[in-house]
Amino acid sequence: MHINTDIWVLIAVFFTLSVYTFLWKDNPLYKFAESVTVGIGMGFALVQWWNLSVVDRFWVPLTTRGAAGYVLIIPAIMGLMMVTRIIPRFAWMSRYALAFTIGAGSGMVLPRAIQANVLQQLYATMLPINVSWTGIMVNLFIVVGVLAGLIYFFFSKEHKGVFGGIANIGIWFLMVGFGATFGYTVMARLSLFIGRVLFILRDFLGMQLF
Amino acid sequence: MFWKKKVPLIIVFIMGFVMALQYFIPSDFSQKFYDTYLDWGIVIGIFGGVLGYFSFFRVHIHKVTKKAPNWQFSLISILCSLLMVVAALLGGRGTGSLFMQLFLYTSAAINATVFSLLAFYISSAAYRAFRARSTQAAALLLAAVIMMLGRVPIGDSISFWTRWGLPSINEISQWILNVPNLAAKRAIILGVGLGSLLMSLKIILGIERTYLGSE
Repeated sequence: MHINTDIWVLIAVFFTLSVYTFLWKDNPLYKFAESVTVGIGMGFALVQWWNLSVVDRFWVPLTTRGAAGYVLIIPAIMGLMMVTRIIPRFAWMSRYALAFTIGAGSGMVLPRAIQANVLQQLYATMLPINVSWTGIMVNLFIVVGVLAGLIYFFFSKEHKGVFGGIANIGIWFLMVGFGATFGYTVMARLSLFIGRVLFILRDFLGMQLF
Repeated sequence: MFWKKKVPLIIVFIMGFVMALQYFIPSDFSQKFYDTYLDWGIVIGIFGGVLGYFSFFRVHIHKVTKKAPNWQFSLISILCSLLMVVAALLGGRGTGSLFMQLFLYTSAAINATVFSLLAFYISSAAYRAFRARSTQAAALLLAAVIMMLGRVPIGDSISFWTRWGLPSINEISQWILNVPNLAAKRAIILGVGLGSLLMSLKIILGIERTYLGSE
């Protein structure tokens, strides 16, 4: 075992252990780590925002592309209108910029939602039945699951009788789906935990584990 | 009233209609129009960033000046964000710079640890979720357990029944992912697609107006 005395590793170990103290209870060490990550994250975002957005996507095109660049003054004015939210008297002006982006966003979503979330999913559900018996069973299972799931989400009709029965099958599919997602999430979190433990044992304490 | 409410609704309708129409007109002009909108959207978003940073500093400076409970932690947040700006100004943003080291060994390490912390809390959530009070809850429990075992090598090791030609836990977990889970997710995605479609229509037609605010 050889303890790593690199200042950055020590800092990371300190913060890792500080966060784990929350398992005992909320305490100043955890709060300190929390405020540090908020501040560092905000500073990181601020610097990246300035360099990648303000300079690269606005200032450079504005000053180098001539007339094509000057067009960017229009969205800049709209952006400035958005900032008027800070001053309550002029806050209504921000609605113009919001209307522009929300309107365009909604317009863009319309055909793309049909294409990606509806049509593509329907195409993928129309599965062949001229395959092996096992294939047919699996494909039927998927088709029944999708239809039953959709029926469960249809709340305009009371879930009674045959309709209620199909909705109930939908619940079964959804429960298995949620279970699978839950299991997957647990394993992902455990994998992160193993990563942090390995960092302390291997990178900090210098243990040769494998 | 006209300038404050009607004009934004007209802008939403025109932009929504034009952007939806643009998708169905495959031409250079249409593509250029779309690209221009994306550039404009980024520039407008830049000023949205101004609002975000302003809000962050206003909230924390207010807490510090008013000596609100735990104001010291707000001061730490402000100082850390300023430290990052100074680090970037002095040493740049490249690999190995003070700016990147600060980010990797503080924020990235803390974030990874916070997420790993959820491994403990998700266990208590699992205890509540896994109490098989109905057959449907039992299905959730069974799917989650199979999925967890199927993701690790022990899943194959304990599958003693494979000698009789039955599928191992890993294979069963893969089947759950590919068949019932796929069907459930597809139903959800279809629902989300139809929902977002209707919400977009409501916004474009001016039925949904909450984004305009209260006044």
